[in-house]
Amino acid sequence: MLRQRKHKKTGKAMSDIHPSSALQLVSIKRPFRWHIVVFMAPALLVYTAIMILPLIETLRLSFYNTVDGAQSFVGFANYQVLFGDVRWARDFWNALTNNLIFFAIHMCVQNPIGIALAALLSLPKLRFAAFYRTAIFLPTLLSFVIVGFIWKLILSPIWGVAPWLMSLAGAKWLFAPWLGQSGPALIAVSLISVWQYVGIPMMLIYAALLSIPEEVVEAAECDGITGWSQFWKIKLPLILPAIGIISILTFVGNFNAFDLVYTVQGALAGPDMSTDILGTLLYRTFFGFQLQLGDRSMGATIAAVMFVIILAGVSFYLFAIQRRMRRYQF
Amino acid sequence: MNSLLKTILLATTVLASAGAASAADVTLNIESWRNDDLAIWKEKLIPAFEAKNPGIKLNFSPTAPTEYNASLNAKLDAGSAGDIITCRPFDASLELFNKKQLVDLTSLSGMSNFSPVAKAAWSTDDGKSTFCVPMASVIHGFIYNKDAFDQLKIAVPKTNEEFYAALDKIKADGTFIPLAMGTKDLWEAATMGYQNIGPNYWKGEEGRKALIEGKQKLTDPEWVKPYEELAKWKPYLGDGFEAQTYADSQNLFTLGRAAIFPAGSWEIALFTSQAQFKMGAFPPPVLKAGETGYISDHPDIGVGLNTKSKHPEEAKKFLTWVASPEFAEIYANSLPGFFSLNSSPVKMADPMAQEFVSWREKYKPTVRSTYQILSRGTPNLENETWVESANVINGTDTPAVAAEKLQKGLDSWYKPGK
Repeated sequence: MLRQRKHKKTGKAMSDIHPSSALQLVSIKRPFRWHIVVFMAPALLVYTAIMILPLIETLRLSFYNTVDGAQSFVGFANYQVLFGDVRWARDFWNALTNNLIFFAIHMCVQNPIGIALAALLSLPKLRFAAFYRTAIFLPTLLSFVIVGFIWKLILSPIWGVAPWLMSLAGAKWLFAPWLGQSGPALIAVSLISVWQYVGIPMMLIYAALLSIPEEVVEAAECDGITGWSQFWKIKLPLILPAIGIISILTFVGNFNAFDLVYTVQGALAGPDMSTDILGTLLYRTFFGFQLQLGDRSMGATIAAVMFVIILAGVSFYLFAIQRRMRRYQF
Repeated sequence: MNSLLKTILLATTVLASAGAASAADVTLNIESWRNDDLAIWKEKLIPAFEAKNPGIKLNFSPTAPTEYNASLNAKLDAGSAGDIITCRPFDASLELFNKKQLVDLTSLSGMSNFSPVAKAAWSTDDGKSTFCVPMASVIHGFIYNKDAFDQLKIAVPKTNEEFYAALDKIKADGTFIPLAMGTKDLWEAATMGYQNIGPNYWKGEEGRKALIEGKQKLTDPEWVKPYEELAKWKPYLGDGFEAQTYADSQNLFTLGRAAIFPAGSWEIALFTSQAQFKMGAFPPPVLKAGETGYISDHPDIGVGLNTKSKHPEEAKKFLTWVASPEFAEIYANSLPGFFSLNSSPVKMADPMAQEFVSWREKYKPTVRSTYQILSRGTPNLENETWVESANVINGTDTPAVAAEKLQKGLDSWYKPGK
């Protein structure tokens, strides 16, 4: 700040300083800071090799296709097929819609529950807080294969625990083979995913809540703001940046999701494609499935579209939301 | 996935060089996805071959079934694949042949032991060149709980009418679930349902060829009727069949909770080892008594020769042996349910396997309708058939709507006669 002002030719501060000292400041010669390059190089190289190059290659591949046995540049033809061909477009929009529902369920269920759990955990009088914290976070550490398998068994109409437990409560009539019904299957899979990942928003919010200084809370208490209104009026505004981060993590995670749907519902994301999301559509297209051979160009096209969607979402967040968010410093 | 591939590649190269260093014998490496068969190869097939062919050693190196196609393609492209390639039926192998990665075996002595239907799965579309020796096929039908049938005094159904009468009786009794089938895994409904009973309606090869030639459409009654039958199965399936997986169906049957299992012959070995009751099998029931029946006798495994093999002569010796009745007998008896495609009949010890294979005499065999040519494009007819078969049973789509969807999908890329 100081230096900037000194460089300005006009302005009142300038006249007070001797011209020669300003000249001196400009002509200081700094040695080239090699250490920056050295320290950044490994990360930059690794990141370029495993992230940037494949990304560029994928984007490039989406403009190529096999024509008469040879790979050649086709411009936007692949995109035209994806959005123009009735069946490709139907599959794509179906996957995108399902993905949006998948995301919406996470935003409406996972994150509020995560925030609520964090708020409960940060209550100073809560006993066994460490136990709850660990227990709720544990599923996040499990492999999606295990989670998928466990829930398939729990919800199985034949051997499952769910129908039995519900019959104990006299609610057997409420049970249905959800994973096999085209309406509820997507909701069921989303909720399994919520169950697995609810620990992440909980932990982040919990950390944010802990970082609120005691003085602020005490000051609020002096002003007579306690309980729920304290949460809404004092704590929530302070953890908003953390909630923003969680939202964007959920968004990126959900639009890249594939694993859980694949383990629970298979690559065809049944029944009747009702749980097909962009990740499974990409997998089937790129690698092929059963008798269908993989189509790398169309796969790359779908991957590129996914990249654009995620990029758009993240940019929207960064430029439209994060900049307007009010931050407090203590 | 990539690292796994690399380990496989590394392991095979190390193994191959170790084998070459230890003996002056020629070692042939066999690529396969049948890791379930490792013991049978090691204990029975390899010793039998090596005893007769001194100087040739065999090394059976299987990959996990789901990884096989990807890893094989990578190895073939890199030139590090084994000498002998186990062939998937139809297009997957045809593509390898077109890429000149499989040797044309049309003139191999021993090929004459196979019928054209058996060879069709590994021949070019015009049938002129064959590139894999047919090894085994699987037959569709129904496996039933004999004790349950005796208990309820049900005779083995021969016609469609008897089939539903039997189902009604089992359902009325209530002890058993009439049909052990679920729609969760989709392919069960298509493979064990549609492809199982379908050939009786589209008259086997006749209908399948007409479909490929464009003379019939999936919306024709021959192709819609099987869906109508499948829709009728719904009330006979177990509670919550929509979420019942293939493994669930297998368990329901082997635990004795279900009476009939729409099956493929590959179940024989597992069922015989797990079920505590007597079992039998019957072919898909015909529409009217006395009518010609059709069965799906689907080629599943073949073996071919890698173009880049360094020992093509020895490899051909091995392939000729695979085409011989001797191999057929060892193989079919070690793996009941995988039937030799050899024209000379094979004696099998397993009674249920005998039952399945005996249908070949009275019934006309055909292969699964979606496998040849029709699943080459996008949308893929086989995958769509999985989805629609499940939809029809679940009641999501009516048979007519399902057929229309399939035909529309096929029309979008397949132009018959071109």
